[in-house]
Amino acid sequence: MKKERILLNIGAILGFIILLFIFNKTFDSYQMKILNLCGIYIVLGLSMNLINGFTGLFSLGHAGFMAVGAYTAGLLTMSPAMKEMNFFMKPIIPFLAKVEWPFLPALLMAGVVTAFVGFLIGSPVLKLKDDYLAIATLGFSEIIRVVFVNIQSVTNGALGLKGLPTHTNIWWSWGTAMITIVFMVFLMKSSYGRAFKAIREDEIAAEAMGISLFKHKVMSFTMGAFFAGVGGALLGNLLGTIDPNMFRFVLTFNILLIVVLGGIGSITGTTISAVIVTVAMEVLRVLDETINLGFVQIKGIPGMRMVIFSLLLMIVILFYQQGLLGTNEFSWDWFSKIKGFKKTPKKEVKQ
Amino acid sequence: MTFQVFLQHLTNGMSLGSLYALIAIGYTMVYGILRLINFAHGDIFMIATYVAFYAVVLLGMQLWWIAFPIAIIFTYLFGRLVEKAAYRPLRNSPRISVLISAIGVSFLIENLAIVVFGGRPKAFPIPPMFNKVFNISGVSIVSINFFIPVITVALLIGLVYFINKTKTGMAMRAVSKDYEASRLMAIDVDKIISLTFGIGSVLAAVGGIMWGLKFPKLEPLMGLMPGLKCFIAAVVGGIGDIRGAVLGGFILGLGEIMLVALLPELTGYRDAFAFVLLIVILLIKPTGLMGQKLSEKV
Repeated sequence: MKKERILLNIGAILGFIILLFIFNKTFDSYQMKILNLCGIYIVLGLSMNLINGFTGLFSLGHAGFMAVGAYTAGLLTMSPAMKEMNFFMKPIIPFLAKVEWPFLPALLMAGVVTAFVGFLIGSPVLKLKDDYLAIATLGFSEIIRVVFVNIQSVTNGALGLKGLPTHTNIWWSWGTAMITIVFMVFLMKSSYGRAFKAIREDEIAAEAMGISLFKHKVMSFTMGAFFAGVGGALLGNLLGTIDPNMFRFVLTFNILLIVVLGGIGSITGTTISAVIVTVAMEVLRVLDETINLGFVQIKGIPGMRMVIFSLLLMIVILFYQQGLLGTNEFSWDWFSKIKGFKKTPKKEVKQ
Repeated sequence: MTFQVFLQHLTNGMSLGSLYALIAIGYTMVYGILRLINFAHGDIFMIATYVAFYAVVLLGMQLWWIAFPIAIIFTYLFGRLVEKAAYRPLRNSPRISVLISAIGVSFLIENLAIVVFGGRPKAFPIPPMFNKVFNISGVSIVSINFFIPVITVALLIGLVYFINKTKTGMAMRAVSKDYEASRLMAIDVDKIISLTFGIGSVLAAVGGIMWGLKFPKLEPLMGLMPGLKCFIAAVVGGIGDIRGAVLGGFILGLGEIMLVALLPELTGYRDAFAFVLLIVILLIKPTGLMGQKLSEKV
């Protein structure tokens, strides 16, 4: 039984890798970019779901974390010559001028730096609850952006960084996504994951059971920040250009949309909805542009796309609060249910 | 810095502070009654400014005294509509859902505004009476900077009277204290909540129009920053308390102006000032300067 599952899991992952290989060969560069974005948004969605969905801390600081990650990785991977070209307004601080790291250590470093920032922010802010926490994290994310605009000798200010090496390819983005998924699955099965969920359900009860609220909250927040930083780094090195204005609240909103749509507190749900939302974001671009059918022109309305996404979020939260999957997770039992034969029904604890 | 320059900054700070205070009251009233940040408050403010703009364009500059009340009435109805559509269906839902709904409706209004009004900034028409410059012993005051604190104080007195002396005001206070008990006392809770949103929106509308007169540039996203800052003002003063919102508004307005005036090298950090203030206050005195401690029910 157990062995069977592991084999199935490994088989599914191998199958997926083969699928990626086929995509890599057949897709054009535009489609590849969307596919990459899907992987990155899975990482980002999961990291937000860890904080907001599993631990129940309503944090809106993701854009700031991503900015830290993207800038760290960007500055570490850019070639010294490129940096000199970028920093024509004010020279870069000498400490960063000469470094040029390979992508993997830069990516990890981005995560570590962001996790550290998350830790620094989290330890004071996580005493707060609900709306206060939301506003305080949102505030920190804005502060990060304002600081990045102002420290020209490190971030090049409002001009941003151009010519980042575009290291991110399908293996990096989806590889990270898969590692994140596996990590999250194991984390949620561990005692820490259970503690997170206990905090989400009832803080007072959790504390009475001997769970250190503060320790676990900071832990969840820091881990979430780590993955947000890695996601930001992947995004920066995919697009090749970053500037502080990229990391506005809209970005956090997109990730929130993914989490809500997939079901707050579901790894599977977030993964599926990350792909759906990312693809839909691109497909619905049509709405913003004018369509020419030869005999008739349908005027595109700029901004229509975001109207549809905000409507979608409203509809989901008003009428269908559990989202795509609620707090359910994928399991191979789904298939056995469809086929009609019942294997020992595993009692799931209702969350 | 000479004394005159200081006075100049002080008048600017006072008028900005009054604007913040006016909008912060809307947040504080809604929070007092629903325990919810109305994320859409800043966007209601934006809608008011746009409606005032279109009303003035349609009616002509001379009829601004008709155009502005039209905008205020429209905003009142709009505020109640937002409450009915986005908050009422979720009255018994977990808080996180309500918060997400609040963010969602705020985004919806912003993006609809981009579609309907267009993303390009518009110039707000200023009737000449608000644009005169007085010179009082070396301190030049634009008349709008004089009107803003006066109107704010007038509205504030009216509001405090309304809440403390009228029957509806009493009902509002009752609802903010205890939901169920007020319902048992035959208070129509939904109606009172809706009315609270309406009044908050009216204050936001007045604030929005005056904001337009002071900073005459309209954009669909113009409500975002003032909205966040006024929420911060409400928290700093102690959310749920109208005096606190006013105090917070003035602290924030004066603080921002003085920061730029006294430390010009920190000008770039002006927008961060509010957030730093928020975090400091939340850590030192989470209930705000005037707030009372709420005990947590188990």
